[in-house]
Amino acid sequence: MKMRTLALLAGVAILLTGCQREERDTRPDPVKGAGDQAVPVTSLAPGGERPVDTDAKAARFADNAFHMSEGKRLFDWFNCSGCHSRGGGGMGPALMDDKWIYGSSIENIHATIRDGRPNGMPAFGGRVPDDQIWELAAYVRSLAGKSSKAAAPGRNDDLMPHPSENRLPDATTLGRSP
Amino acid sequence: MTMPAKNYASTRFSELDEINEENVKDLRVAFTFSTGVNKGHEAAPLVVENTMYIVTPYPNILYALDLTKPGAPLKWAFRPNPEPTSQGVACCDVVNRGAAFSDGRIFFNTLDGHTIAVDAETGAAVWNNKVGNINIGETITMAPLVVKDKVLVGNSGGELGVRGWVKALDAKDGHVVWTAFSTGPDKDVLIGSEFKPFYDSDKGEDLGVSTWPPNAWQIGGGNMWGWISYDPDLDLIYHGTGNPGPWNPDLRPGDNKWTAGIFARDPDTGAAHWFYQWTPHDMHDYDGINEQILLDMDWKGKPRKVLVRPERNGYIYILDRTTGEVLSAEPFGAVNSSKGVDLKNGRLIVNEEKAPRTGKLVRNICPTASGVKDWEPSAFSPRTGLLYIPHANLCMDEQGVDVNYIAGTPYVGMEVRMIPGPGGHRGEFTAWDIANERPAWKIKENFPVWSGALATAGDVVFYGTMEGWFKAVSARTGDLLWQFKTSSGIIGQPVAYRGPDGHEYIAILSGVGGWAGAVVSGDLDPRDRTAALGFAGVMADLKDVTAPGGTLYVFKLP
Ligand code: HEC
Repeated sequence: MKMRTLALLAGVAILLTGCQREERDTRPDPVKGAGDQAVPVTSLAPGGERPVDTDAKAARFADNAFHMSEGKRLFDWFNCSGCHSRGGGGMGPALMDDKWIYGSSIENIHATIRDGRPNGMPAFGGRVPDDQIWELAAYVRSLAGKSSKAAAPGRNDDLMPHPSENRLPDATTLGRSP
Repeated sequence: MTMPAKNYASTRFSELDEINEENVKDLRVAFTFSTGVNKGHEAAPLVVENTMYIVTPYPNILYALDLTKPGAPLKWAFRPNPEPTSQGVACCDVVNRGAAFSDGRIFFNTLDGHTIAVDAETGAAVWNNKVGNINIGETITMAPLVVKDKVLVGNSGGELGVRGWVKALDAKDGHVVWTAFSTGPDKDVLIGSEFKPFYDSDKGEDLGVSTWPPNAWQIGGGNMWGWISYDPDLDLIYHGTGNPGPWNPDLRPGDNKWTAGIFARDPDTGAAHWFYQWTPHDMHDYDGINEQILLDMDWKGKPRKVLVRPERNGYIYILDRTTGEVLSAEPFGAVNSSKGVDLKNGRLIVNEEKAPRTGKLVRNICPTASGVKDWEPSAFSPRTGLLYIPHANLCMDEQGVDVNYIAGTPYVGMEVRMIPGPGGHRGEFTAWDIANERPAWKIKENFPVWSGALATAGDVVFYGTMEGWFKAVSARTGDLLWQFKTSSGIIGQPVAYRGPDGHEYIAILSGVGGWAGAVVSGDLDPRDRTAALGFAGVMADLKDVTAPGGTLYVFKLP
């Protein structure tokens, strides 16, 4: 009896996470969360730490399988891969490691892609619709193993330059004992 | 020492013989100088009238050191402050290959596309002309060459759909006298009545348009980021052209003139005299911009004016430099992407089995995109008749992918993953017997040899390794005579000069980086083997043996 309830509960839990993972915003609400609030790239603040604003859109895009796989497609489409390769970097820095110049939150990454960065990161804002920038940002986090393994994109069919995104270890803990 | 290649023939041979095979083992450090820059140092120091000039990678600082004082203190520094955004559009680290001196001025290029003339005595800018546009991905990394009253400059950007060119700037005020593009209609390429190519495949009207799909030539590469030589008797300059873009060959059927070839031009007008295409319809990023060594020698019993080119596609070409005829083309490393050069029509015999296609993975293509030999210049000793060639031993897997042209972003369309070549060592230093068309000896190196070479009349040859060893070997046998471990990997160009005290000095910049060393200088993540256009994976262990940081080392005998 107890066993069955547990199994049932587990089943429901799996279904629920599955739902969130698969949720598709095919017609996203254009008003909420335009992604134009200030995104500090430092946690230092005179007068002590302040709570960081989160964008209303962030939660919708982070850890969502559909958006991340769209982000993966767009990563090639907009030539991100030309400068960052498959996350290992080249003309631009590596995105699959634990070093973030401008912050690792999805809001930070969104701001990086939208506004560009001074040492050669182009500003894609205005060229790429805002929702697609969020999708790219969600995908970039998966490159560093920073998103749910259940939602991150799976294996590539091509050259397979690194393990699939859902198998990449969290860069933050990489090389350190747990 | 007014130019990195030492002379217009680009022999990199120094007549100095105080340091020789016997005493080179006693070499010791005379002085050092930190450049304060952590990117790849590919430049050659220049020495003019007791002052040494070095130009750093981005931010392209020009330092002048006073050789007359103990420790060679800084005389002045010139900081051009290039635009930081230029770093994002430089394909393969933010390198600079050196400066040139003429008539009291130092000329050099900045990553963000400026050519600058600086007063060699005072360090004051004389003129500054912006000739490149980083917003379309155009950068400048090459060392200019001064011929008569003109400063010759070429652009980089073959990985970003930038159309290649060479420009001649007036040395007095920097205005552009002529521009010769590498693609497009004849009038843009400066092809006119003087143009007499040797082979039929280079004859015809506007081949720079008709050998491309419609308009593809406008974003077709052919950039000139390498070396120029000059023959004052024939009054011709020689320069190569880079790879066609994008790398994926499916997107540009045709011979893609005038990329991956070599031009002979009139230095005053830019008018093309002949052209030869090393790699028609290049499929593997085989830029044709390496150094050309101009020699007058007996070839098969006849005196000839030849041009020797150790080329990226893996062959050492001997050309008649008056006509552009290929006299010989022999492989000097592992090659399977082609099966030789047909000397009847001059054409490279392509191996279709190794042709990458969109969606098709082809394994074990030799050489890599970086070639058997990349930019790193070789040296020729007239005393041995040998050409000393620093190079790589690498192969690769390739797969074509679709790519959109978005100005100012990469336009490559190829996934690349490099692997060590036959034998497992990734670098070689080859002494090539030019007259007999075969190697005299070879030295194996663990990493690709990405530094230039220097040969001296003391029969000593110098080069550096990416681990940081600066080596002196016997010009005749290749035996290691001396080595010194510098602070970072070496990808610079060694030079010899006579100091104010009359003694011979040897100088080299240490500071790892460049395409091969980007994994260290750009702190890339080699778990992604395609990083750095496929170079990161095969260089993963470079991170374990060296760290970035630019330092000048100067050596002398006790
Ligand atoms: C032309 C080359 C280029 C292209 C194209 C490019 N980037 Fe970048 N990117 C860079 C460079 C260079 C930097 C480093 C900027 C700096 O340090 O100021 C960078 C930085 C970043 C960062 C910040 C990394 C950190 O450590 O904080 C992210 C995230 C990023 N890029 C994502 C993208 C995405 C997503 C795309 C495609 C929409 C893209 N980039 C396209 C060159 C490029």
